[in-house]
Amino acid sequence: MPSKTILALALSGICVAGCATRPSDSETERTVAEMIKTSFRTRGQATVARLSQDDAQALCSKHAGELPKGVSDGIEKAQQATIRYPSSGKLMGDWREGERIAQSGVGKQFTDAPNRPAGGSCYNCHQLSKQELSFGTIGPSLYQFGKQRGASEAIQKYTYGKIYNAEAFSACSNMPRFGHNGVLTEEQITHLVALLLDPDSPVNR
Amino acid sequence: MGIQRVLAGVLAATLPCFSPAQQDTLKEIERYRQLLQESNPAELYEARGAEHWTRKRGPKSSSLERCDLGLGPGVVKGAYARLPRYFADTDRVQDLESRLVTCMVALQGFAPEEARRNPFSGTGAPMITTDPFSGVGQRSVMTDLVAWIASESRGMTIAPPMSHPKERLAYQAGERLFYFRAGPYDFGCITCHGEEGKRIRLQNLPKMTNAKDAQRAFGTWPAYRVSEGELRSMQWRMWECIRQMRFPELEFASDASIALIVFLANRAEGGTFDAPAIKR
Repeated sequence: MPSKTILALALSGICVAGCATRPSDSETERTVAEMIKTSFRTRGQATVARLSQDDAQALCSKHAGELPKGVSDGIEKAQQATIRYPSSGKLMGDWREGERIAQSGVGKQFTDAPNRPAGGSCYNCHQLSKQELSFGTIGPSLYQFGKQRGASEAIQKYTYGKIYNAEAFSACSNMPRFGHNGVLTEEQITHLVALLLDPDSPVNR
Repeated sequence: MGIQRVLAGVLAATLPCFSPAQQDTLKEIERYRQLLQESNPAELYEARGAEHWTRKRGPKSSSLERCDLGLGPGVVKGAYARLPRYFADTDRVQDLESRLVTCMVALQGFAPEEARRNPFSGTGAPMITTDPFSGVGQRSVMTDLVAWIASESRGMTIAPPMSHPKERLAYQAGERLFYFRAGPYDFGCITCHGEEGKRIRLQNLPKMTNAKDAQRAFGTWPAYRVSEGELRSMQWRMWECIRQMRFPELEFASDASIALIVFLANRAEGGTFDAPAIKR
C-alpha cells in the first residue's frame, strides 16, 4: 500500500496537464458503453437487446455501492405498479408442481431450449424444504415460510407479488423479477405460492 | 496446498452452523476436494502447451518463441502474474489469451478469426452437445498454451501493472461492468459475488471485492474442472458466468472480457498464483 501511494504521488508529479491519475467518469462511461456494444453477440434466445437496461436496472447498477433512500423508494413505487395478479383471482396452485419449479434452474440461457418453460431456480439461493440439503444462501431461508405467516388472502397476495416483482418490495433485490420479466408464467407463480404457503407443502411440515 | 488447508479450516469453522446430515455432505465434499489435489490432469495440458509454444505453426510456419507476453520477447516465467497489461504495439490492454491471439497473427501469420477460433477445449459450455466452435473432447491449442504459461507463474505474487492510463481506464470500466445489471434475470456479477460466505446450492461463492476471496479465486484459474473433464481458463470463467447471467454471448478476448479480468486481477493483487488448480 505505501509503495502504491508513493508511486501514485510520483506519477502525479510527473504528469502534466491532460494526464489524470484516474480516468474521468464520462470517459469511463463512454468506454463501458462501447464495450457493451462491441463485446457481446446474440446467440440463440440471448439477444444483445438484453443488454439495454430498464430504469430499475440502470439505477441499481449506478447506485450499486449505496442506494439512496429516495432512489429505492422511487424504484419500489414504479415496480409495484407492474404487478399483475391472475384474472382468475386464484393465487394458490399445486405445491407439488411448485417443488418441481423450485428445483429447476434452467431457462433463458443461450444454451436452453427457448420453448421449454423456465424453472424458478429457487433452491439455488434459498433453503425451502428440510429434505433438500443442496440449497444456496444468497436469499434467506424460506423453511416454514407459511407456518410462520399463515395463508390469508393478504399473505397470498404479498407472496405472489414478491415472486412476480421482488423489486416492488425491495429495490435492487438480488432476486429476478420473475413475473415482470416474463421468466415464469402466472400459473407457475401460483404453484410457487402454494409451495410456500400450503400447510401440506414440505416447506411447512 | 496452503490455500487448501485454510479452506479446510474455514469449512470446519462453519460446520457447526449446519444440520448433522448437511455436515456429512459438506465433509464428504471436502474429503473429495482434498483427494482431487493429489493428481491434477492439468499437467497433461501444461505439457502440450509447452510443445505448442516451440512448434512451427500457421502460414508463416513459425513458433511462438518470440512472443512478448509483457516481460520481453520469449519471456514466459512470471509473465502471467503480471497480466493483464498495456502493450504499446497494439495500443491495447491485453490479457494472456488476447495477447496470444496477437502473437499467433503477427508471428505465425494466422488470420485474427483463425487465431480466435476454438478458444476452449471440449464443448466450451458444460453439458452442451453441440457448440459452434468446438466439439466433444476436442483439444484447444489456446487452452493448452494458457495452462503451460500460467504454470510458469506458479508460486508468484499476483501483480498486474496499473501505471498506464489505459490500464486505469480498463480497471474503471471493469468495475462498472462488475456492477452492471441487465437481462431477464436482472443479474450482474455483483449478484453472486457481492457478499461474503454465500453459496449457490452447495457451491461457495467468492466475494470479488474482498481481497482474500479474490486472491483465492483469481489465483486458482486456470483450473482443471473435474465436473467437465476439461481445463478451463480465465476467459472461459468470464464467458461461462456471463452465460449463466442470461446475457448474450461474451466474445472471446473482447475488451469487456479483458476489462473484467483487469478489475479482478487488481482486486486479487498481492495473492499467490497456485494455478492451474483442480476444482470440483
